[in-house]
Amino acid sequence: MNIVPGRGSRLALALLPFVVIALVYVVGSAERRAANPDDKLLPPISEMAQTVHRLAFEPDRRSEETVLWTDTAASLQRLGLGLGIATLIGLVVGLAIGLLPVVGSTFASLIAVLSMIPPMAVLPILFIVFGLGELSKVVLIVFGVAPFLVRDLALAVGNLPAEQLVKAQSLGASTWQLAIRVVLPQVMPRLIEAVRLSLGPAFLFLISAEAIAADVGLGYRIFLMRRYLAMDVILPYVAWITLLAYLLDFALARAARHAFPWAYVQERR
Amino acid sequence: MSAISIRDLWLEYGNQIVLERINLQIDAGGFIALVGPSGAGKSSFLRLILGQERPTRGAILLDGEPLRSEPGPDRGVVFQRYSVFPHLTALENVLIAFEFASSPVLARLRGEARRDALAKSAALLQEVGLEAHRDKYPSALSGGMQQRLAIAQALARRPRVLLLDEPFGALDPGTRAQMHALIRKLWHEHGTTVIMVTHDIKEAFGLGTRLIALDRTRLDSQAAGRYGATITYDLDLRRDGPVPVLGFLKTPAPLDGANINQGISP
Repeated sequence: MNIVPGRGSRLALALLPFVVIALVYVVGSAERRAANPDDKLLPPISEMAQTVHRLAFEPDRRSEETVLWTDTAASLQRLGLGLGIATLIGLVVGLAIGLLPVVGSTFASLIAVLSMIPPMAVLPILFIVFGLGELSKVVLIVFGVAPFLVRDLALAVGNLPAEQLVKAQSLGASTWQLAIRVVLPQVMPRLIEAVRLSLGPAFLFLISAEAIAADVGLGYRIFLMRRYLAMDVILPYVAWITLLAYLLDFALARAARHAFPWAYVQERR
Repeated sequence: MSAISIRDLWLEYGNQIVLERINLQIDAGGFIALVGPSGAGKSSFLRLILGQERPTRGAILLDGEPLRSEPGPDRGVVFQRYSVFPHLTALENVLIAFEFASSPVLARLRGEARRDALAKSAALLQEVGLEAHRDKYPSALSGGMQQRLAIAQALARRPRVLLLDEPFGALDPGTRAQMHALIRKLWHEHGTTVIMVTHDIKEAFGLGTRLIALDRTRLDSQAAGRYGATITYDLDLRRDGPVPVLGFLKTPAPLDGANINQGISP
């Protein structure tokens, strides 16, 4: 607990597990290849690099599009729309529930019940109601993420010290002014934290919806390639999705610290 | 500068009676120190005047008008903690009071109005000695500085009554002495009626022009909440008042009790 690594060794320690996993993979892949030249389960890195190059830089023979980028664009658009709408709902509804007792009494239990419905269970309903297009995938993400965001934000609003709300009113703030100048900025860091935590579920819903009904997208491609046991496509795609999620998370964390420096003063390094 | 009159005030939470039979006339411009043991309803009393709670019975009048039962800009307040907004710098913490006043929709000022409000805010910070720390967030300020900021903020809307709920309770003795000097100076300059709840008897006698003690006078050993606290002492602490105040030589005054319960006029 008291042995703290320095800056350089911290980086080295963080990289160590990745290096070990890569080594294990390379060795395992080479051994399987030696035993069976047609092995598809653990393709060598060189083969995967070739596939990635083909997917990322050469247009597809049939559709004339570079597959990786069209998949990525389609998936990120769905994810961005879904998360964006969910965040907006979480912000507005969560703020109203947390701040206004009348709204809280009316909607808090409804949101609590909604958040207990497994989103994947309503996916058939979404497909029936909204069709198999983009809309149903976006709605699935919203449905899966928004109730959590609403509840988390309502809690954050409820945790603001009552003194601050009284103080703002004693400075002449109306409920609206108090909401936008006192409550909103103070819960924004928490909202971003909640969205970061929602990235995992959001990707889960995205990939699931794409696996079931789509004609383009990262999840669609993975499940399509499964039929051909094409691990040389699936593995890089998984790595690419992971990288995207990680970068999104990192960007959100950075943005929060940049926009709300006061909220992170007490943070332990 | 404002007079408060309280008539037969009761405060009950369910079966529990917190305050009972409170009758009080507070004249404009006084500095009322409110003392009493823990649980005697000092803070509840302050919350009633603040409008955060409603009395079960009785009435509170501010300058003859019934008090609006929600917090408003006519009553400023400084709490022991959480009195400033952590997401705003010291200057913005004061500025926001002016922004609430003049920009109902966005609560933000622009151009001339903003420059004006900024100048006023800076002047207030100067008054409490925080001009060097105007761009710091509250988390970078010491406890005493945060309370100075809270006081500057509370004075921005020129409240008729300033309510202080153990404002210096969490400060070290040296800082507390500085704060006493500051609050005394501001009270003289702004002429606001001040009501301060405190645990510190010395502070109460040192700052107040009138001391009011709340306590339970009746106790039912079977039901602890059966009787509430009421005013047990009401002392006039001005130099010419009837109570001997440490550090001041007393000129002999006719003691007919007329001064007691009369409050003070500045």
